Amino acid sequence: MIAPKTYLILFLLISIFLPSAQASIWHVGKNERFKNVADAIQHAQVGDSILVKKGVYHEHNLIIDKALSIIGQGLPILDGEGKYEVLSIKASHVTIQGFHIRNSGISSLKDLAGIKIYDSQHVQIINNLITNSFFGIYVQYGKHCTIKNNHIIAYGVEEQQSGNGIHCWNSSYLQIQNNLITGHRDGIYFEFVTHSIIKNNRSFRNLRYGLHFMFSNNDTYISNVFTNNGAGVAVMFSNHVNMFYNTFHQNWGDASYGILLKEISDGIIQGNHFEKNTTGIYLEGVSRVKMTRNTFSNNGWGLKIQASCQDMAIHHNNFMNNTFDVSTNGTLVLNNFNGNYWDKYDGYDLNRDHIGDVPFRPVSLFSIILEKNPTTLIMFRSFISALMDKTEKLIPSLTPEQLKDQFPLIKPVQL
Amino acid sequence: MNKIYKHVIADIIRNRIVLFYTLILLLASLSVFSLEDTSSKGLLSMLNIILMIVPLVCLIFSTIYMYNSSEFIELLLSQPLQRNAIWWSLFIGLITALGLAFFVGAGIVILIFEPSFLGLMLVICGLLLTFIFTAIALLAAVLTKDKAKGIGLSIILWLFYAIIFDGIVLFMLFQWADYPIEKFMILISMLNPIDLARILILMQMDVSALMGYTGAIFKDFFGTSGGIAISFGTLILWIMIPFICSLRYFKKKDL
Repeated sequence: MIAPKTYLILFLLISIFLPSAQASIWHVGKNERFKNVADAIQHAQVGDSILVKKGVYHEHNLIIDKALSIIGQGLPILDGEGKYEVLSIKASHVTIQGFHIRNSGISSLKDLAGIKIYDSQHVQIINNLITNSFFGIYVQYGKHCTIKNNHIIAYGVEEQQSGNGIHCWNSSYLQIQNNLITGHRDGIYFEFVTHSIIKNNRSFRNLRYGLHFMFSNNDTYISNVFTNNGAGVAVMFSNHVNMFYNTFHQNWGDASYGILLKEISDGIIQGNHFEKNTTGIYLEGVSRVKMTRNTFSNNGWGLKIQASCQDMAIHHNNFMNNTFDVSTNGTLVLNNFNGNYWDKYDGYDLNRDHIGDVPFRPVSLFSIILEKNPTTLIMFRSFISALMDKTEKLIPSLTPEQLKDQFPLIKPVQL
Repeated sequence: MNKIYKHVIADIIRNRIVLFYTLILLLASLSVFSLEDTSSKGLLSMLNIILMIVPLVCLIFSTIYMYNSSEFIELLLSQPLQRNAIWWSLFIGLITALGLAFFVGAGIVILIFEPSFLGLMLVICGLLLTFIFTAIALLAAVLTKDKAKGIGLSIILWLFYAIIFDGIVLFMLFQWADYPIEKFMILISMLNPIDLARILILMQMDVSALMGYTGAIFKDFFGTSGGIAISFGTLILWIMIPFICSLRYFKKKDL
């Protein structure tokens, strides 16, 4: 038997959810009641759903000013005709799903976007294809928004004529997952975004950075792949940033880095792969960041760590097949490099505890020379440069004496 | 000419030094590749062998061989044979033997462990350096009648190309650090076959580091097919010029 009290609770619950149960569904399409989405939005009530049938819709600027679920069936196309912002979301609890949004206008003054979220919460943007837009998805003052499974593709040639794939400004608690971004200025751009999770995204062949964030604290980046971007990934002026299991791959060029870390503090960089970059990580003014279990392979430089970095704990990383493992610009070393695996280590391990008995100095003389005089690159791997490196190993004079791994691992760290 | 050539080959094989060289190369290349779990360190060791050992062995062996066969050459000259043909067959005999030694000893192993463009580049550069330094040895041998002087000359030549030249280049790089001398450096590197071979291999080996600004200038030249063609052309010139010089000198030489 169910007690009367339970009935009461059930009744109350039902009455709370009743309005949503009554929500109606509006159809938009060639042979439906509404021929365009704007009319349907006008007629719909808060909490309603709008189903959009396959077709091409020229809606100019479609403004969504109430909590609606707008769902495309068979990937209907919303065309901005190269003039308008396609979708402007100005209400909370809006869901946009299954659209192909294309050809937004280009304006650096108004920052036109494929989808732009203004000052809203709990907005969901799922399974959309956004092509040839200035900005792909733009979030300003958004909270608890989800951007998931979108493909954002642009064909940018010039940085000025191209916006960012996912651009978030002054937002918090965002979830950005499983998106694919290519051909934009920056793949993912964050400014003043906090407490957000960026997971499983792929950002490649963007003009400037694959990921770019500034003043964005307490964010977590997991399992993203950044490949072949104009200048890799840049991360500046943030604290408590965590990066786990990301891949940074083939970012080639003089000013191109796997990650550029500038003025970062209190983060964790763990389990990431840096492969075939000109520079794996470039660190400047970084403090109290823990770097463990990362793999640096086939990079020009594994780490370029400037003397302005301090209290970094760099341990249990694998450095393999890099042209140079570590380079630095000064003699001051305030960081800890103990306990990494270096494939260039040629010491011995007499007591068989898998820790080398002589310290390893990852900075070679030639990398210091190269820092001062880049043209000497042409002499790299010549007998004379090897001779200089060997001499320096015995009597360090130019390389920082303190920059050494006291306990170099004999075998690579198993990941 | 064919007969002399065959005789030269048979003679070289009989004196076992080349066989020994092949064996040493084979041992070295097998051990460097099988000791490491990744091939890249092995490749680095092979690079050093190709840039240092191969030129040295080719120079010394060829010079000594030329002096040792001076009586044989004199005998040949007493026959109705062209000097041209004698010199050519000596040269071709030497480069066949040494080239084969390098290919069997190192080339095959490299291609097995690194079947890529980089591996191919290493083998081709090794072979070209073999030919170049044999030609230079011939020139050194024909220039001096005295055996000790000739061997001394070839050792000095090796020192010059392997070490001193690089020292001078490095010195120049520091002296003119403030000037844009990258393109000039490309020209300078053409003057030393060892450097040229090293840079060609470097372009394949350290591709990530070379994508930096300065590297990009070198890459723009040595990394393009035109640049590679010019580089190989220069290396072939490095075979032709010393050999033709030695040939001309030999033709006029009063033995």
